[in-house]
Amino acid sequence: MSQHSQVGGPGEPTIAQPLYTPIKRRSFFMYAGATAGATALILAGCSKDDTNGPGPSGGGNVSLGSGDVGVLNYAYALEQLEAAFYAQVKTSTVAGFTPAETAYFAEVAAHEAIHRDFFKAAINRDAPGKIIPGLTPNFSGIDFTKRVKAASDTKLGVLDAAKAFEDLGVAAYNGAGKLIKNAAYLVIAGQIVSVEARHAAYVRDLILPGSFAADDQVNATTGLDKAMMPTEVIAIAQAFVMEKLDASSVGK
Amino acid sequence: MNFFKIIDQLAEVDPDVLGRFDSRRAVFNSLGTAAKRSALAATPLLLSGLFQKAYAGTQSTPVDVLQYALTLELFEQDFYKKVQASAPYAAASAEDKAAIDQIKKHEDSHVTLLKTAITGLSGTPVTGVTFKQAVFDTLVTFKTGAAATSQLGIAQLLEDTGVRAYKGRAGELLGTDLLTVALQIHSVEARHASHIRTMRGQRSWVNPADDLAAHPVYSSGITTTTPPTTFLGYGIPAYTAPSPIENNTKQSGVEITSALGTPYSASDAAAAFDEYLQAAEVLDNSRAGGLVGA
Repeated sequence: MSQHSQVGGPGEPTIAQPLYTPIKRRSFFMYAGATAGATALILAGCSKDDTNGPGPSGGGNVSLGSGDVGVLNYAYALEQLEAAFYAQVKTSTVAGFTPAETAYFAEVAAHEAIHRDFFKAAINRDAPGKIIPGLTPNFSGIDFTKRVKAASDTKLGVLDAAKAFEDLGVAAYNGAGKLIKNAAYLVIAGQIVSVEARHAAYVRDLILPGSFAADDQVNATTGLDKAMMPTEVIAIAQAFVMEKLDASSVGK
Repeated sequence: MNFFKIIDQLAEVDPDVLGRFDSRRAVFNSLGTAAKRSALAATPLLLSGLFQKAYAGTQSTPVDVLQYALTLELFEQDFYKKVQASAPYAAASAEDKAAIDQIKKHEDSHVTLLKTAITGLSGTPVTGVTFKQAVFDTLVTFKTGAAATSQLGIAQLLEDTGVRAYKGRAGELLGTDLLTVALQIHSVEARHASHIRTMRGQRSWVNPADDLAAHPVYSSGITTTTPPTTFLGYGIPAYTAPSPIENNTKQSGVEITSALGTPYSASDAAAAFDEYLQAAEVLDNSRAGGLVGA
């Protein structure tokens, strides 16, 4: 069975894609950072674009697979992105970061690297040969020297991107939970998602003190955090990855 | 939601499951009729009702799990209600008050949501779960001073324990939309825990440097000789072995510090995963159970 299913067809031309895809990506970032409420709109626009052609040149197509291993690969893909992001934060000089924040982000970087490496080990152990490859991150929309983007900036600051990643990660695990069939995997996912939620709340508080569980993220009436299904999440995460990801069979 | 798939999976682990339903045909017929009458959103509740009926007397029902969640939420709700009425809160900064108010608002919402779900499953929501006034009166500061005598010190314990408690029951809701709701509450509790920790000058995540690390709530195993099997009238799973302690560095048989190719510190390995707690542990007198009362 192929882990590299041909989402858009192997021989489709990629003419013009590299020219206009980055612009779409940038707009993604701005919306994603600006307001979570616009997520539905972004998703609608994104998934449509994504089905029109293959991903950016330079990356292949990657199917996350089906069933529980699909869910594990899905988590592994998201953790790869987060780990790569924080690894780059660690080696960057972010203007305005306090020593305490730098130390905190080093710890977050370790947590995410552990999540990534753990999933890699678990998938290779439980589903040999079914793991997705290492992904090539695309952080062209992030300015790693900036703490928070100014209104005039086109790129996300480090905290904006961290918030987007962490909130998306929480919604992703919350939505994927019910797709998991093996209770042991569910418990592990639960053990990780609450750490992501802690990160998300921490980063939110850095951007705006007291916004750890603000009404834009936690429904003011139900008190529920967001939950998103794999295809919705990947539609957003796709902007950060060179490879074209296919989450259509995850959990099925 | 793939209803048939869930039934089939249940049949895999429990060959008798179909016999537990009145009959497969009857169940699906009634589901079809009911589904026509009700909104799509009601289907998970109906489905859970089937399971509840099928498994009555054999293990915890979804209602039992929801009652447990409601117990925790009522407990937290009452705690924050007491905080809001206290002198230390009155003297706190506007920012700190706003944070407590936001958290309390969520606990109120969770209580309402869980009560509605339990009622929808023909259950009677538990009531009268309060934080012991005598213990609350010993919390003399808002967020400074010793953790055990500060309101936010106890809030941190409650939130961190809540995070662990939801994890401990998630497996019983496997594959259901109720699980999604539980997870959506669970991550909010984690956000609360993170912020309370920030307010107290602690790291957002559980770590060996926590000033509460030695508190009984973080220790493993129940301390009373007879674990409760029922609490406030609903059943909880039998206590088996102690749940992992928070400084655990081994997950799913993988030693995080040394088996991942890259070495990681024990502190990072422990903090990267929150642990679960079984209901018998959470409700034990050494933990939340000991703080429940008039």
